[in-house]
Amino acid sequence: MSSSKKSQKVNNLILILTAVIISVSPVIFVKGNFNGADSEAQEMITLIQPDYQAWIEPMLELPGKEVESLLFAFQAAIGAGIIGYVIGLYRGRKEAKHQEL
Amino acid sequence: MKKGNPIRQFSVVTTLVFILLITAASPAWGMHIMEGFLPLSWAIFWWVLALPFFVLGIRSLSKTAREHPELKLLLALVGAFSFVLSALKIPSVTGSSSHPTGTGLGVVLFGPSVMTVMGSLVLLFQAVLLAHGGLTTLGANVFSMAVVGPWVGFGTYRFGMKIGREKLGVFLAACFGSMATYLMTSIQLALAFPAASGGIFASFTKFAGIFGLTQIPLSVSEGLLTILVWNWLRSFASEELRILKLLKANT
Repeated sequence: MSSSKKSQKVNNLILILTAVIISVSPVIFVKGNFNGADSEAQEMITLIQPDYQAWIEPMLELPGKEVESLLFAFQAAIGAGIIGYVIGLYRGRKEAKHQEL
Repeated sequence: MKKGNPIRQFSVVTTLVFILLITAASPAWGMHIMEGFLPLSWAIFWWVLALPFFVLGIRSLSKTAREHPELKLLLALVGAFSFVLSALKIPSVTGSSSHPTGTGLGVVLFGPSVMTVMGSLVLLFQAVLLAHGGLTTLGANVFSMAVVGPWVGFGTYRFGMKIGREKLGVFLAACFGSMATYLMTSIQLALAFPAASGGIFASFTKFAGIFGLTQIPLSVSEGLLTILVWNWLRSFASEELRILKLLKANT
């Protein structure tokens, strides 16, 4: 039981590491400015239809990239916090049950 | 209870959170169709198409929450997972960045309709507060990320179950759901902006070249992270998973 638990942990670690390697290696091996795919699509639109004008602006114009990245980090932090809370709760519940037995 | 366990667990979670925050903080744009970049008629078309799916999703979500209040935490979890993953703008092999959708986990647990609601909430949050995507294009973005992605993922998961490989099914559901989302986005842009020569199809190959290729490695990462959370649930929340199995068997 405990050895399968251990191998599960190793498994999970491998999952995390692989995801990190996949995400980081482009930065090391590929030259690019890593602009968003959406701004590239936007350029493509202007290429296909040069006279197209965006007919409405976003409601909220963010005052710069730093603020934008702050908000994205905020979004990720909320989500990650909830995930940590729920998984932690489930885990604690299971352990408590284990001790009762 | 072993002493080292909670500490190790804690460090794994912290590392994950840390990685997520670091990737999120890199300044870049994302994807989704931006505000004003669909002609009005197309914007309305996709709104109309997405709306019934959203209504069905609300129904399915409130039914699940009403009949199984003990699953509310798990609902929060799948929403949060999509919330985190769609905040992560990850560099890709094409030299540009995009972000995963994170709908796959919820799709295998609760089905595609519930994720239509979750995905829409994420998109609404990003459109209103982050100026990412847009309100006029929300219908189109909901249709790709919260309808097509989840349903494709669901089909993939069902296939995995049929051949008796559930884990593979979970992985592929996340991958294919993410890929399908961006292929749908490419189709939407191609329909609205057909090329002067070659028409819709030529446009599609161009947009798919931007979105699709960028998304391939991201989809794999998304699949791996989905499996990670799935593993946690299997070891710590077997009860909830059993209830969900029964739910699925009944529908």
